[in-house]
Amino acid sequence: MTVAWLAPLAVSIPLAGAVLIGLAHRRPNLREAVTLTTATALFLCTCALLPSVLDGQEPRIVLAEPIPGVPLALHVEPLGMLFALIASFLWIVTSIYSIGYMRGNRESHQTRYYVYFAIALGSTMGVAFAANLLTLFICYEILTLSTYPLVTHHGTPEAVRAGRTYLGLLLATSIGFQLVAILWTWQLAGTLSFRLGGVFADPPQATVTGLLLFLYLFGIGKAALMPLHRWLPAAMVAPTPVSALLHAVAVVKAGVFTVAKVIVYVFGLDALQQAGIAHWAVYVAGATILIASVIALRQDNLKRRLAYSTVSQLSYVVMAATVLAPLSVVGAAIHIAAHAFGKITLFFAAGAIYTAAHKTEISQLDGIGRAMPWTMGAFAIGSLSMIGLPPAVGFVSKWYMLLGALDARNGFAIAVILASTLLNAAYFAPIVYAAFFRPPSKRSGVAQHGEAPFPIVLALTITAVLTLGLFCVPDLPLQLAFGLVRSLP
Amino acid sequence: MILRHLPALQVVIPLIAAPACVLLRHPALAWGFSLVVSLVTLAVAILLLVRVMTDGVLSYALGSWAAPWGIEYRVDPVNAFVLLIVAGIGALVLLFAKASVEKEIPRERVSLFYSAYLLCLTGSLGIAITGDAFNLFVFLEISSLSSYILISQGRDRRALTAAFQYLTMGTIGATFFVIGVGLLYMMTGTLNMMDLSQRLPEVATTRTVRAAFAFLTVGIGLKLALFPLHLWLPNAYTYAPSVVTAFLAATATKVAVYVLLRFFFTVFGADFIFRTFPLDEFLMVLAFAGILVASTVALFQPNVKRLLAYSSVAQIGYMILGISFVSATGLTGGVVHLFNHAIMKGGLFLALGCIAYRVGSTEITDLEGIGTEMPWTAGAFVVGGLGLIGIPLTAGFISKWYLILAAIEQGYWHAAAVVVIGSLLAALYVWRVVEVMYFRPRPPGRAPVMEAPLSMLLPTWVFMALTLYFGSNTQLTVGVARQAAIFLLRGAS
Repeated sequence: MTVAWLAPLAVSIPLAGAVLIGLAHRRPNLREAVTLTTATALFLCTCALLPSVLDGQEPRIVLAEPIPGVPLALHVEPLGMLFALIASFLWIVTSIYSIGYMRGNRESHQTRYYVYFAIALGSTMGVAFAANLLTLFICYEILTLSTYPLVTHHGTPEAVRAGRTYLGLLLATSIGFQLVAILWTWQLAGTLSFRLGGVFADPPQATVTGLLLFLYLFGIGKAALMPLHRWLPAAMVAPTPVSALLHAVAVVKAGVFTVAKVIVYVFGLDALQQAGIAHWAVYVAGATILIASVIALRQDNLKRRLAYSTVSQLSYVVMAATVLAPLSVVGAAIHIAAHAFGKITLFFAAGAIYTAAHKTEISQLDGIGRAMPWTMGAFAIGSLSMIGLPPAVGFVSKWYMLLGALDARNGFAIAVILASTLLNAAYFAPIVYAAFFRPPSKRSGVAQHGEAPFPIVLALTITAVLTLGLFCVPDLPLQLAFGLVRSLP
Repeated sequence: MILRHLPALQVVIPLIAAPACVLLRHPALAWGFSLVVSLVTLAVAILLLVRVMTDGVLSYALGSWAAPWGIEYRVDPVNAFVLLIVAGIGALVLLFAKASVEKEIPRERVSLFYSAYLLCLTGSLGIAITGDAFNLFVFLEISSLSSYILISQGRDRRALTAAFQYLTMGTIGATFFVIGVGLLYMMTGTLNMMDLSQRLPEVATTRTVRAAFAFLTVGIGLKLALFPLHLWLPNAYTYAPSVVTAFLAATATKVAVYVLLRFFFTVFGADFIFRTFPLDEFLMVLAFAGILVASTVALFQPNVKRLLAYSSVAQIGYMILGISFVSATGLTGGVVHLFNHAIMKGGLFLALGCIAYRVGSTEITDLEGIGTEMPWTAGAFVVGGLGLIGIPLTAGFISKWYLILAAIEQGYWHAAAVVVIGSLLAALYVWRVVEVMYFRPRPPGRAPVMEAPLSMLLPTWVFMALTLYFGSNTQLTVGVARQAAIFLLRGAS
């Protein structure tokens, strides 16, 4: 058995887990045990792939060939490895958190919840390891569909409406733009397999390349580029663990990951540079960063503010990738990791506040830090990472993005990064300040509650510690990110 | 020995079985007998496909009268595939039929119902297998007349008017068809299709042949519910018994599309049709209109059966679109969609049959709460619905893939856009039903229901399993469709 088999194994472990979770329907403890075991097994499986990827090997495997010439195939390369490691590790933490949250809030249909969660993770692995655009597209669509029942989990009219926005936008963009772009690529290049430096043997006309880039960037709705971002705030009606892992890590990262992959492996940095048509993408992404930050400033609902912050942070990755400098691509890759750890901590904290204090608005949070020191401490660390200050990992990714932008002499990108740092500080710092330094106001009421249940606190402490830890020891993500760039021709 | 007569057996077995079925007065007996017959028919169809794939075109002289004078049965990759679809769906739907028919058809008429069903099957198979234009008309009438009977058996009294409407339109279509065949006979003195294809070029420029072509196109267009000749279809599908709707939706229109392909490409030849007439553009416009208008109308239907019926009109548009590209990829897309849509729509109508069996209605408001009460049925509906949208790993995705690819190949961006918009409209009308099934509680007025019996669920899920299977393994479907496409285009040049 070769290493390559671990890739399909990683995709099938969560799917098998989903079946087992469904079978353990009547025994919640067993069911949760299955979830945790599956998550751990998946993480170990992705870890087992790591050494060969660090060695510079890239395991490949062909599974089937649904359309002649376009196989269903997996190919583990550094960027996908990084994404898979993050998602599978955070699934373990989120599972611990979910147990505390779902039981603490007495949510209904918990089995369904865990089943679709596992399917979503399986398709995330598929996105991470996809060897060609068709495989990626298939997993991308399954990810959309499997998260729909999670978004509409509560079944309320509001949830159904949000589900409509969610599915509508994601399906419309993926079928309307992405599928057409994929078929066009297939027609032009005769292949859909990811290849460093691009798939086009002789580059198409600049206008064609520009149109294709447009179709891809807006076809990958999960990257939440404005004006196609509305599904993300809508998805916030889901239970908080879903927002935390899926709508801050798995789903949205699948989006920006796909963007990075398309730019590096389908177009190729050099080819895009020569065509000279990627400027508009930098502007769109930059505008998204700033506009989303301004909208985030005005949100009082904590989860909505976090959601708009995610929209803005995702566009960092898109912008860094479209700046087209190798170092900015490194920054993009690390930002996938940095934002994942920081944002999941913030969502965990939001869920902890809801579970312990039943508060959802920022204006209710005055003085809550005294009752929930662990939670709000983690929240502060997450905020630091979002703003991009040391000693949090967000600083590392911003550093490389800035270096890349300097390399490419892209003044616009530099200005956007600096401006948005200020904006990030403006919408996160007041929350932390209010929580710790304002006295409990009449609106927030005197705290009748303590910390959230133990699994929740444990989970958010782990991710907060890692947010700091990755700043001190960023070797692994850096190694993988540079592995991606080093092999560039 | 007997294998030599396979082409004849394909039609003769159900044809003889149909009157025999009348003699079996007991419903279960009539059902069992029809099921066995349909399974044997399916076996014959499979054997025929295997033989065609290995040995090439089969020609069979009925009664040993040699070809241009006698009736020739001619099996090539195109119709072998159609035979497989028709026979396969005929058998699967019958497997489902027992409980559903006992509920929807009065006991004393059950055996008559099954004999009409077998006749309808005979007609469809006959249309597909024959190589003789007039013989095709005969089978067309057999299948049409029996389907009028089948439709009129619906419980709703409106089934009678629906059947009558279909009868009127169908008869006009058949008459047009026979006028066209008559004109061709007048000009060439032959009815054999291969013979016709050789003799037609000499007289191709005459007005008579052109008139014949016009009559044939409109006649076939009526049968296949080509937009805007589709008006009979929604009523017929809505008020017919569940089993009949599933069978007709999955076979009747497909066979008509086949006839269109046969006449366009084999008899007249692509040169005549697409160079002499700008028919490809004409068809493409009709296909666009069909896809967009019918999908939009489907959005607003209060009855789910009717919604799916309009969706069928739209899906026929996709097949016609595939044909109108006149390229190998386009035809592959059209033919593959013929197969894929048969499976998906057949399964969807069976799922509705399950709901009609338990709830007694297919009004969308009566589906509230079905998601929790009949989880397997609702699940099947979702899978079929995803297929209609064209989500990857379902058969529908494969069709869309080839159709969009064909559009891009030829630079028809508007066609690619229409396919995409059609998919999104499908997402809207499918999701309307899904939301009602899963997110609305059971209305207080409706008694709680149980999951459908296994005898109905199983065939429904076989269709859904096939939908998923042919979405991930296309060796059979795309393989055969591509061969058929190349065969059709070669026959033309």
